Amino acid sequence: MKKLLIMSTALTAVAFAAKADVTVMGWGGAYTASQIEAYHKPFTAKTGIAVISVDADNPATPLKAQVEANNVTIDVAVLEIADAVRLCDEGLIIPIDPASLPAGADGSAAVDDFLPGTLTECMIPTDIFSTVIAYDTTKFAEGAVPANIGDFFDTTKFPGKRGVRKSPKVTLEMALMADGVPAAEVYAMLSTPEGLDRAFAKLDTIKADAVFWEAGAQPPQLLADGEVVMTMAYNGRIFNAAQQEGKPFAIVWDGQVYEWEGMSIPKGTPNEAAALDFVKFATSTEPLAKAAEFISYGPPRKSSASLVGNIQGTDKPMLPNLPTAPDNLTNALASSMDFWVDRDTELGERFNAWLVSN
Amino acid sequence: MADVIQMPSATDRRVPTGGPALLTTSDGRPLKAALQAAQARARRRALFLVLPLLLFIVLTFLVPIGYMLKRSFEHDGFSRSAPNLAVWFAANPEGTAPDEAAYAALVADLAQMQKDRTPGQAGARINFTVPATISLFKAAARTAETLTPPYKAALLALDPAWGSPRIWAAMRSASSTYTAEFYRVAVDRKRGEDGSWEPGGDKERIYLYLFIKTFIISGVITFLCLLLAFPIAHLLATLPVSKSSLLMILVLLPFWTSLLVRTTSWIVLLQQQGVVNNVLVSLGLIGDDGRLALINNQTGTIIAMTHVLLPFMILPLYSVMKTIPPSYARAARSLGATSWTTFRRVYLPQTLPGIAAGSLLVFILAVGYYITPALVGGASGQLISNMIDFHMDKSNWSLAAALAGILLVAILLLYWLYDRLIGIDRLKFG
Repeated sequence: MKKLLIMSTALTAVAFAAKADVTVMGWGGAYTASQIEAYHKPFTAKTGIAVISVDADNPATPLKAQVEANNVTIDVAVLEIADAVRLCDEGLIIPIDPASLPAGADGSAAVDDFLPGTLTECMIPTDIFSTVIAYDTTKFAEGAVPANIGDFFDTTKFPGKRGVRKSPKVTLEMALMADGVPAAEVYAMLSTPEGLDRAFAKLDTIKADAVFWEAGAQPPQLLADGEVVMTMAYNGRIFNAAQQEGKPFAIVWDGQVYEWEGMSIPKGTPNEAAALDFVKFATSTEPLAKAAEFISYGPPRKSSASLVGNIQGTDKPMLPNLPTAPDNLTNALASSMDFWVDRDTELGERFNAWLVSN
Repeated sequence: MADVIQMPSATDRRVPTGGPALLTTSDGRPLKAALQAAQARARRRALFLVLPLLLFIVLTFLVPIGYMLKRSFEHDGFSRSAPNLAVWFAANPEGTAPDEAAYAALVADLAQMQKDRTPGQAGARINFTVPATISLFKAAARTAETLTPPYKAALLALDPAWGSPRIWAAMRSASSTYTAEFYRVAVDRKRGEDGSWEPGGDKERIYLYLFIKTFIISGVITFLCLLLAFPIAHLLATLPVSKSSLLMILVLLPFWTSLLVRTTSWIVLLQQQGVVNNVLVSLGLIGDDGRLALINNQTGTIIAMTHVLLPFMILPLYSVMKTIPPSYARAARSLGATSWTTFRRVYLPQTLPGIAAGSLLVFILAVGYYITPALVGGASGQLISNMIDFHMDKSNWSLAAALAGILLVAILLLYWLYDRLIGIDRLKFG
């Protein structure tokens, strides 16, 4: 009896010492599905640590709430770069030393392998995504389809409702580019009051026809319902709707605004060591390339580009669907993290005022 | 019973002559005192029974709300990282131009911020008042260690924005943990050149407009709920039990379905290519290009919220109507009143407590709802609760708390007014 008691206590202790799970908070939908295939399952196969997925509209919000309440239940959060820098400034994220990341498959050190400007200690990038204009090909006659960013704001030539992201970020840049401002001058212009007025004036031209969305899964749904004929959307979601669900959606790459997102570790997380292992694994060359085969977001490591093969389950190459493919970068704008960190508060209020006014 | 209470008799020596008669209990204590003691004992017992619930409400309701409201006037993002500047501000009255000592204090604080990794937080606090200061603080903090006196010239050479009086005024006000800054923004005022409050610019004024709009739309929703709920509640109250149980289940079933499911099913019904529009087009009532815009606007918000809040109006009305005896109406008719007069002068006044309860419930719920306007409201159906949610997302919890605080005060004021006009004692939930 005594021996049984000792054995069972010892076994319980061992059970508690067993590896704890890693909880990853992502954006949901097709994006999280791609991360599960490319990062979570291979990580579990390699280390035996289970990975749990939770979803949020924007993981930055619950992360701040959890850290400030001293009740952190997630180990890794997938954040956009601007949110990551903001939260890092507020001291809510554990910095990761870029030098500790594994080298690329071609031998180059991590700091050289990642595309310039993308790697920070606050967030290790996992993909480059883009906000683009998407449309339903069946709603337009052959040959009279939208071809550039200006067509999104042209309701005479292309009548119908427009899906617009309920945020000044990306929306203002696209408005200026549609108004003829070259991509290189957009942020300089947005820093001036005249530039802002010009952007909002352009947005006024479609306000009556605009349907505003907040969650990434809404634009493909709006297109499928026929609620809008053209919409701003994350390119990966449109790709998945077209690919996996066979929807007749197409993307206008002109005027795309790309940004990168990746993984951060919140301060006070229960399993910091396991979380760090997960982040280092997920941001190494092969998993990044594999993720790009599931959803059309470009890998941020140069060594991954050559490893991106065909679209998962088909024999068509993925490359033309990536925001970073050379053909798609003709009139592209890299979202400026510095600009938005400074101006997010002020422009957010102005955008809300524009939204609510008549 | 004479052994319990002794009535004073003429020969009773305890009765003071000429004074009022004193009632006592059987053991001689004055009745009034004994009654008071017994009542106090009953009240204490009742309090102990209620104490767990009271503690629960205080801990899970009052305390978190109190913390949140505290944030609306308390923000130490800058004040805890800038002690030297606080000293200079205390020594020099408002309006003093910053001198070399001020800049020296600033540089010392910036150097410390860089070590503590807090320049972003301090900059964020100033950023609420003066845009584009986060990068200013971060850039200056990075080089603060290397700066040499004269500090004023060094900092101005780094970035001339450091000489701006607006930034110094913002830093002075941010040096104190307690601030009315967020309430200022919440009532659409901006800080003028001399520090006073003046009306905000046209492009930024939204909050007061949204407060008023929220109350008006909530009032419309309450009225619509009342119109729809009254006949249903009357039917439920007057039908025989077998039929009314079935109807009651139909009323409660949506109540038990998830709110999000109900709201998204409205999207399917009301959208341009949705069920309602398709039916109207196939009936020929509207043309294919004249489809009604029933969603992503105010109409969508009102329809969906009325549907969601209807059970809250039906149930109090039903419980009150169930207790109204039908004999009053019959008596009125037998005395010659018309149907309308009977309803207006006999039935309706008896349902007033239920109407009051239901309206209060629906109105207060409607004012705070943000999920339904977020999903189906589009741009014109946004309410103040959506703004509070927006600021929570953007990490500006202090402004969200200020807006919520104003909303709370407005609701309490309305509740007080309601109490004066109708009387909370007259509320009956059944």
